[in-house]
Amino acid sequence: MGVEGIGARVARKEDKRFLTGKGRYTDDMTVPGMKYAVFVRSPHAHARITGLEKTAAAAMPGVIDVLDGQQLLADGIGNLICGWMIHSRDGSPMKMGAWRPLANKTVRYVGDAVAIVVADSVAAARDAAEAVVVDYEPLPVVTDPVKALEAGQPQIHPEAPGNLIFDWELGDAAAADQAIAGAAHVTEMKIFNNRLSPNPMEPRSTLGIYDPGDDHYTCYTTSQNPHLARLVMSAFYNVAPENKLRVVAPDVGGGFGSKIYIYPEEIVCLWASKRTGVPVKWTSDRTEAFLTDAHGRDHVSTVKMAFDGNSRITALKVDTIANLGAYMSLFSSAVPTYLYATLLSGQYDIPAIHANVRTVYTNTAPVDAYRGAGRPEATYLLERTMETAARELGISPAELRRINFIRSFPHQTPVIMNYDAGDYDASLNAAMAAADWDGFAARKAEAEQRGMKRGIGMSCYIEACGIAPSAAVGSLGAGVGLWESAEVRVNAVGTIEVMTGSHSHGQGHETTFAQLVADRLGVPIDSVNIVHGDTDKVQMGMGTYGSRSGAVGMSAIVKALDKVEAKAKKIAAHLMEADENDVVVENGELKVAGTDRSVPWSQVALAAYTAHNLPAGMEPGLKEGAFYDPANFTFPAGCYICEVEVDPETGQTKIVQFVAADDFGNIINPMIVEGQVHGGLAQGIGQALLEGVHYDPESGQLLTASYMDYAMPRADDLPSFNVSTSNTPCPNNPLGIKGCGEAGAIGSPPALINAITDAIGHNTLTMPATPQKVWAVANAAN
Amino acid sequence: MANIRMTVNGRQVSGVCDDRTLLVHFIRENLGLTGTHVGCDTTQCGACVVDMDGQSVKSCSILAAQAAGSTITTIEGLAQNGDLHPVQEAFKAHHGLQCGFCTPGMVMTAVDMIRRHGGNLDEETVRAELEGNICRCTGYHNIVKAILAAAAEMGGSRQAAE
Repeated sequence: MGVEGIGARVARKEDKRFLTGKGRYTDDMTVPGMKYAVFVRSPHAHARITGLEKTAAAAMPGVIDVLDGQQLLADGIGNLICGWMIHSRDGSPMKMGAWRPLANKTVRYVGDAVAIVVADSVAAARDAAEAVVVDYEPLPVVTDPVKALEAGQPQIHPEAPGNLIFDWELGDAAAADQAIAGAAHVTEMKIFNNRLSPNPMEPRSTLGIYDPGDDHYTCYTTSQNPHLARLVMSAFYNVAPENKLRVVAPDVGGGFGSKIYIYPEEIVCLWASKRTGVPVKWTSDRTEAFLTDAHGRDHVSTVKMAFDGNSRITALKVDTIANLGAYMSLFSSAVPTYLYATLLSGQYDIPAIHANVRTVYTNTAPVDAYRGAGRPEATYLLERTMETAARELGISPAELRRINFIRSFPHQTPVIMNYDAGDYDASLNAAMAAADWDGFAARKAEAEQRGMKRGIGMSCYIEACGIAPSAAVGSLGAGVGLWESAEVRVNAVGTIEVMTGSHSHGQGHETTFAQLVADRLGVPIDSVNIVHGDTDKVQMGMGTYGSRSGAVGMSAIVKALDKVEAKAKKIAAHLMEADENDVVVENGELKVAGTDRSVPWSQVALAAYTAHNLPAGMEPGLKEGAFYDPANFTFPAGCYICEVEVDPETGQTKIVQFVAADDFGNIINPMIVEGQVHGGLAQGIGQALLEGVHYDPESGQLLTASYMDYAMPRADDLPSFNVSTSNTPCPNNPLGIKGCGEAGAIGSPPALINAITDAIGHNTLTMPATPQKVWAVANAAN
Repeated sequence: MANIRMTVNGRQVSGVCDDRTLLVHFIRENLGLTGTHVGCDTTQCGACVVDMDGQSVKSCSILAAQAAGSTITTIEGLAQNGDLHPVQEAFKAHHGLQCGFCTPGMVMTAVDMIRRHGGNLDEETVRAELEGNICRCTGYHNIVKAILAAAAEMGGSRQAAE
């Protein structure tokens, strides 16, 4: 592997700028003449706009202009859309309501943007925004997804009668029903998956710059996928044609899904820049982030799991209502369908599965992908049910899982997925050994003497990463392809730039992608620069989400490197008067195998650009591009074990140990992979113990709109983690990578709730398991 | 409007701003030192921590005018002559940062923590002391490790000097 190659724990190249305050985030950008925007937002969860008076605001000191939704409409700016078509089981297409970037008739959630104020300073813009008078006629409100489907509830979009967006199914209902009817045992549960706010620490921000000289737009923005932003803003929102729109996502301070989508603010700031003639920058404050960043999860499900007399699962039947909020965000329809129901087989051989999913409009912020996106919801449902079934059947949770593990690959599930490789026993055994599972009884007895209730819980998760191939996702309704592109540009002196369509917002691509090049060519990683995040520099790309950048993004680099290496070998063979088939690349040199003849990498690069002595007919230069479209998803999996102590006096849960044993396929940089797992675990533990978005059901006001009210995990809420991997390479991509970005957030919530319910001896507990809730449940059990 | 002078990272600086301008905005907008970040509105996240007259402060919770005449160190002032501060080195060595946004505040808090506790930090103390700094990427695991490593090194080097 070499000290800097694949598998090495290389310290990150990007760290120096972040550690010295030299990171370049969108809000750090300034350009000459730049002004500041503040949005006027609806204070009502549902209301008709009957008037908007802005004359006084526009006349305030420092104000450049106040622009509203009527002007935006008149200028032809289009509706925001959901880019994944889902059909209901009756064959009808999903019922997508209109989402205006600036509402001009109706507001549908608190925070819905109504107007933009552009001024000399943020303070002046904020003052003027307060002075914009909007007349609202309040309408009745519904925030609960189950209630929203009931008769007589407020109608949120005229396009979606009864607030139902689609009623979708996957799998064989008759087979599942039949198996359930003939089962030796059926475990039934109602499962709530709590609504979360992603909360990357960098709030969203955008800087729109219109250049009238070239009729050209530049958009700096906090995006996980700048090319997708350009495509969507051009093709659907009519902001500008693609060749007149540059999107730059510079350093981005975390995303976790919430920065995939194109939000109203990017569109409006670009438009406002043209309208006002000045560059316009907007940066969200934290309350705006809570109000308007797409939320995650928010499912209500019922589940039936059927077993035969040998405790083998014979069927799974799931009914889910998913809250999509007031508008359909960009990928909102895919999350509770193809990213959720397709994972309901988990690590188990289940002959019959059926899922019915209904998605619903409510007067809440839009809901879309958040770290894991559908897979945490599937895993939580499945692993809570498995644990409950084990308790009902009187079998150890590990044994019940072992009885049902899939052990031969490839394995076709009844819900689309074809698992390519895995070893679920290996991660279960590794986790149980690391957690000293066998010693738990003694630890529990010891805790009992201190008056503490100790519990242990496990979760065996599977996820699907690197969504692909493009033709398959297209057939399932995706509006885009899910390939990735790369270009490897070898400079004349032998240094290398890699242009990638992946985007790093904390994942460390500038290091891991360079490690791949170093491994392949034997050059130092300091001679390799990874270029990403700018549509003017990188031809095209699909960005970073769904743990796709290793499996898909790096595979594209491999393909480009294949071409670069082939050409370099031809040049080297020519220079050394050898057969190109005898040339090998080693330690930064091209050598004739079995001889002492070699030329340094830099000399081959220089020869390519001087072009004085190239093989006959060869084009000068050493730069190659590639697109990579995977053959299948990848399937990371693992086993997590959580051990807790609950104080019966206070209901306080203390995590005593947390063990994660994962299978991520081949690993480029173990240090970075561990960091991804740590972060995912923290978010999953946050969901299970602390976090929850709450709206007032009467008014639709967001009650958790700051860090005073929304419980983010802090350092003293979390333990140090015990993480390890036992890996089976993915057979479907050249590097054997599966992906690791979401695993922690997917596998941890059920392990934790299984542990707490084990400790308190009562199974009815919903997330977040706050001390108050745990205390109430524990005492109800007594 | 307020006309403000202070010493920032060893240099005399001045600027004119609204009376209501917060120190963090003065540092970012007037001085162009964008390493100090704003991550919340309620002085919870700690992305804006700087050192003011030897005390660690959240620069979002103090007016620029209140800081007039003070001596301030921001994240940009920590490395000396191109050499990273031991806390910065430890964050890098232990992968204590991912997206980098909370990092300046974390590092400034850690420097202050180690100054107050010396080499006698343990995990529980570090976690308790980080109560005012939120990170969404790392799960704090490697931040805690980095701070303990830096504390051990700095405590050790201080002992060696004594």
